[in-house]
Amino acid sequence: MMHDARLLADALRDPASTGALSSSEWTDLVSIARAESLIGSLAHRLADIGLPDRVRAIMQDAIEAHDLARRQALWEADCARRALADYRGKIVLMKGTAYVTADLAAGTGRSIGDLDIMVARDDLPVVESALLDAGWEWVKPDPYDDRYYRDHMHELPPLIHRERDRMIDVHHTILPLTARPAPNAQAIMDRAVMLDNGLHVMAPADMLLHSIAHLFADGDLAGGLRNLWDINLLVRQFAGADKQFWPELDIRAKTHGLASEMRRALRLAARLYDTPVSGAIAGSSEIADYLYVRRLLARDGYGRETRKLTRFGFYVRSHWLRMPPLMLARHLWTKWRKGGKSPS
Amino acid sequence: MQTMHQILLKIGPAAFRIASAWRQPLEQLEALYRDYPAPPDDLVDFTVRLEPGKPWRRHIRPSVHIGGDFWLPDAAPLPLSQGLLAGEMGMNLQMALGWRRHLLLHASSVEKDGQALVMTGLSGSGKSTLSAMLAQRGWRFMGDEFALMSLESGEIVPFPRLISLKNRAIRAMEEVAPADRFGPAMTGTPKGDIRHLVPPRTAIDRMGEPARPALLLFPRFGHVPALRDMGQSEIFVRLTQASTNYVALGEAGFRALTRFVDQVPARAMDYQSIDQAEELIERLWSKGR
Repeated sequence: MMHDARLLADALRDPASTGALSSSEWTDLVSIARAESLIGSLAHRLADIGLPDRVRAIMQDAIEAHDLARRQALWEADCARRALADYRGKIVLMKGTAYVTADLAAGTGRSIGDLDIMVARDDLPVVESALLDAGWEWVKPDPYDDRYYRDHMHELPPLIHRERDRMIDVHHTILPLTARPAPNAQAIMDRAVMLDNGLHVMAPADMLLHSIAHLFADGDLAGGLRNLWDINLLVRQFAGADKQFWPELDIRAKTHGLASEMRRALRLAARLYDTPVSGAIAGSSEIADYLYVRRLLARDGYGRETRKLTRFGFYVRSHWLRMPPLMLARHLWTKWRKGGKSPS
Repeated sequence: MQTMHQILLKIGPAAFRIASAWRQPLEQLEALYRDYPAPPDDLVDFTVRLEPGKPWRRHIRPSVHIGGDFWLPDAAPLPLSQGLLAGEMGMNLQMALGWRRHLLLHASSVEKDGQALVMTGLSGSGKSTLSAMLAQRGWRFMGDEFALMSLESGEIVPFPRLISLKNRAIRAMEEVAPADRFGPAMTGTPKGDIRHLVPPRTAIDRMGEPARPALLLFPRFGHVPALRDMGQSEIFVRLTQASTNYVALGEAGFRALTRFVDQVPARAMDYQSIDQAEELIERLWSKGR
């Protein structure tokens, strides 16, 4: 049984390396890939590789399951588009839905849960009431949570559609307002690119930086291998298509206060997925990179989370990054008394 | 990390790795699945994990949390004495949430003359007991929990897991099935009393042989014996509710299910005893369904 998730990173990076896997290693790989929500991506990577029959069938299942997820995501985005038909501002799709709508490689086989969109902060009340009119409802009626989202988060409290049972997260920027880096939301909206259906996606550098912000600053690296795989594919596609991408990325990272996060993400992607990155921009590796890799690979061949202490360290860090100490103490105290979980 | 023990099982077309923090559930599964072949090349479709919800629950009042490749966030843990049941539920969960190679119906199925009888209904309708009883009376047992419908041919593919007998059905089957084919009696489970029964040897030996569906029944236990015709739209809607993966299969699921409803005659069947049910079924079967 494998002790970490390196098997998955290796298979994604170099599909031919799976040729030497034993039966039990295949079983481990499938469990790890399912647990990390990367089975669809893996299935597409292995599409042209000779596989044992049962593994081939598993991969075919994953491809079909993610085809359906893709169709549902596109449909959900279109539902939001129609609900907001009278809204004049830009509606910017984010994350998985953006990748599939813009037909990017990062959308291939990607699992997609909620619909994430971004609009101008001043327009939140208009957008919110249009969605409520169109059948979305509040998920969290708790007043503390509601207030918390509105005062400190980068998104409205989540809404769920009462008939389709699908969630929408309406953002006005890409990181919580309490986080240390303060991305420039206006700059993101200004550069957003319009698609054929009138919806927008972020410009390439912003899209990559959002993925990076999502990996590090907003969360405890849960699902990190998947986020890093997104980053790998976005870099390959954008840098391959445009020579100006690297200098543009460098400038935009500074605009959003994400320069060190950007450098670290590129180093980690290069290390785990062989992402071709500009050494001048990524910088030289740091000792902390080792801890990140250790955390990213903290899953064993049964699909279990491992390295509890490393995980806990990153969990604490995620909250530390998200809010100032006094506010964190107040937040955790309120949450503890309620016996609930913190937002997101 | 805690060490895990594991076994591999193959049931019908699906193969599983069951990993457990304790040996006991695996020893019970191993004994009850002794007649089943090993998965070819040791390759499996799913991993089921039986592990303590909290580390100390491995030894202190041990409780089994059901996890695996596919899982539900709010599954209640079971005491270790019901670890066998946890393993079975874990396999059910993988199939219900992850299997896409067939349309899955919550239904039992049996075969005779190369044709399949499919029985579906709510829990308590008696579909499981009926399949187990008919298997003692000349029918080949194909499954008591899930009927697997081929998306291409529409045939029913056997999935003869252990038969999960509940409450009164336990005593009834103990009177007719060989004693050495029963698992441990479990009382006070979330579903009442449960005892597993190994399907007849021929059901296991022939678990690779599909059969064309010839009759669909909606049995209902405890009512005066009667057969009732049903409209196609009612049949269709009830089958979509009985399927765990109809939505996930998209168009392929829709095509398979509409074809099934078009081609397979269906009846609602009320009954108060196995003998009555058998008589009604034989009458329909001999009429050429």
